[in-house]
Amino acid sequence: MRNVWIIFRKELRSYFVSPVAYLLLAMFAVIFGFFFWNILGFMVNRGIESMMHGQMFPMNVNEEVLRPLLSNIGVIGLFLIPMITMRLFAEEKRTGTIELLATSPISDVQVILGKWLAAVALYGGMLLLGAINFLWIFKYSQPDWKPLAIGYLGLLLQAGALLAVGTFISTLTKNQIIAGAVTFAVCLLLWVLEWVSGFETATWARVVSYMSVITHFESFAKGLLDLKDAIFYVTLIFLGLFLTSRSMESLRWRS
Amino acid sequence: MITVTELTKRYARHTAVDRISFEVLKGQIVGFLGPNGAGKTTTMRILTCFLPPTSGAATVAGFDVLQQPMEVKKRIGYLPETPPLYPEMRTAEYLSFVGSLKGLSGAALHTRVEYVCERCGIADVKNKLLGKLSKGYRQRVGLAQAIIHNPEVLILDEPTSGLDPKQINETRELIRSLAGDHTIILSTHILPEVEQTCEQVVIINKGKLVATDSVNNLQNRARGGGSLLIEVASRQGELDSAQVQTRLESVPGVSGALFKTKRKNRLTFEVQSRKNGLIRGDLARAVVEAGWDLNELRSAAMSLEEVFLQLTGDSTAAPQSAEADAVATATGAES
Repeated sequence: MRNVWIIFRKELRSYFVSPVAYLLLAMFAVIFGFFFWNILGFMVNRGIESMMHGQMFPMNVNEEVLRPLLSNIGVIGLFLIPMITMRLFAEEKRTGTIELLATSPISDVQVILGKWLAAVALYGGMLLLGAINFLWIFKYSQPDWKPLAIGYLGLLLQAGALLAVGTFISTLTKNQIIAGAVTFAVCLLLWVLEWVSGFETATWARVVSYMSVITHFESFAKGLLDLKDAIFYVTLIFLGLFLTSRSMESLRWRS
Repeated sequence: MITVTELTKRYARHTAVDRISFEVLKGQIVGFLGPNGAGKTTTMRILTCFLPPTSGAATVAGFDVLQQPMEVKKRIGYLPETPPLYPEMRTAEYLSFVGSLKGLSGAALHTRVEYVCERCGIADVKNKLLGKLSKGYRQRVGLAQAIIHNPEVLILDEPTSGLDPKQINETRELIRSLAGDHTIILSTHILPEVEQTCEQVVIINKGKLVATDSVNNLQNRARGGGSLLIEVASRQGELDSAQVQTRLESVPGVSGALFKTKRKNRLTFEVQSRKNGLIRGDLARAVVEAGWDLNELRSAAMSLEEVFLQLTGDSTAAPQSAEADAVATATGAES
């Protein structure tokens, strides 16, 4: 545990001594803010419209604002996750510092966990920054905070899964750009697998669609904690980290 | 402290290390000598548990590198060929990171960081970014991280490569000063480095062990049984080589004189003696009394360089490289 903490601290620090963390935080905050403003504007418009028609539709902040917002934020994550994970191992391989880690009395699993948790922590920080927007909602209306918390948990799980995949891809190359590009492609694919269900209903299509990270987020966005979806993300996290450890092991046999 | 038995590392297409066995005693400095690509780095990586061997065994401080890698890693300080530095870290911060990786914490960690900074002469760059350090400083920080946890064994892969002569001397000095407390293996392809720093030398070439001996023995071996090189000159007219040869062979104790080169009126001979160099006075007198000039008289010792080439050359089957040519001259000089 102590070793995981040492690696975690070092990784998080190196995010923040370079511009990477600040850049990611800034980009996330700007895009988050834009989405929030848009969705809010849309809802206000609808409110005015319904008043002009003289009949009040029941409106729900959770349904009208938070749910679409949470789904959209997942998409921002998709773009930023490769930038978080691409350097994790590729950089260590390029500079040779991987040799220091591999010859220190610390296990591969501890290194991997430390790095992945640092990546998750950075993403968590981004989510927190985005949450500032919600202060306005809570100031001017009374939304239910529980679905929001569950939505955030879903975002974190979803990102954790993609970050684990990205961590794995980062062990495959010395080149950060390649790691980032491949991670982006894989994340995007995991995202859009769901489209298959749009034109095909055979069993294989349902399976493929089930693999998509987005289908499992819907329940979280609604504010429902569905165990099946949580388990999907946790499984993907384990798979990613397991592949990472296999890949690190194979470095020793190949290099 | 370190035992290596029949160690082999095979890759898909070639064998990097081929059945190497040697032993290093506690407190020794051992030079790991071989041309580039000889398998030095591979052997060191196996000893540091970075690579697993294909077959054979290696133990460090009594622990097997395959069975108990964690115990081995705790006892080893390793400086790879390029120091494993994080450019975005500062020196002191980096050292405490490595120290905590190796299991140090709290006050003990702090004292060790201070100590290694002092010891390796990097106290003045403690707060500088590693990425901004010069090559010499980077190497010293690399050495500092290797000794941070006061390991029993130090493994240094080409610790002086890429340094300027002054830095090389400082680094060698530093390594020598570490010898008392640590058992050290250092690899190099520079011979004088071994002569200057090491007590014991392990020579490998193309993955195979060529020789393992003390540096003194190797140098003795190089002194090829007391043969002498003598250059004789004349100020009047040409010298007759046969005449000079007879004259030299007439000196008591000389078992044979071999004519080697002629440049104008200067002749060089290699004289074999039975008395191991005690005949220099007699030789000089014999030359001078014959009315010739004695230009040079020295022992025909091979440098360690030549011994090295001879040793590594003998183990190669095809004598068609430049290296093999050099071997031919080296052995020629000896006979």
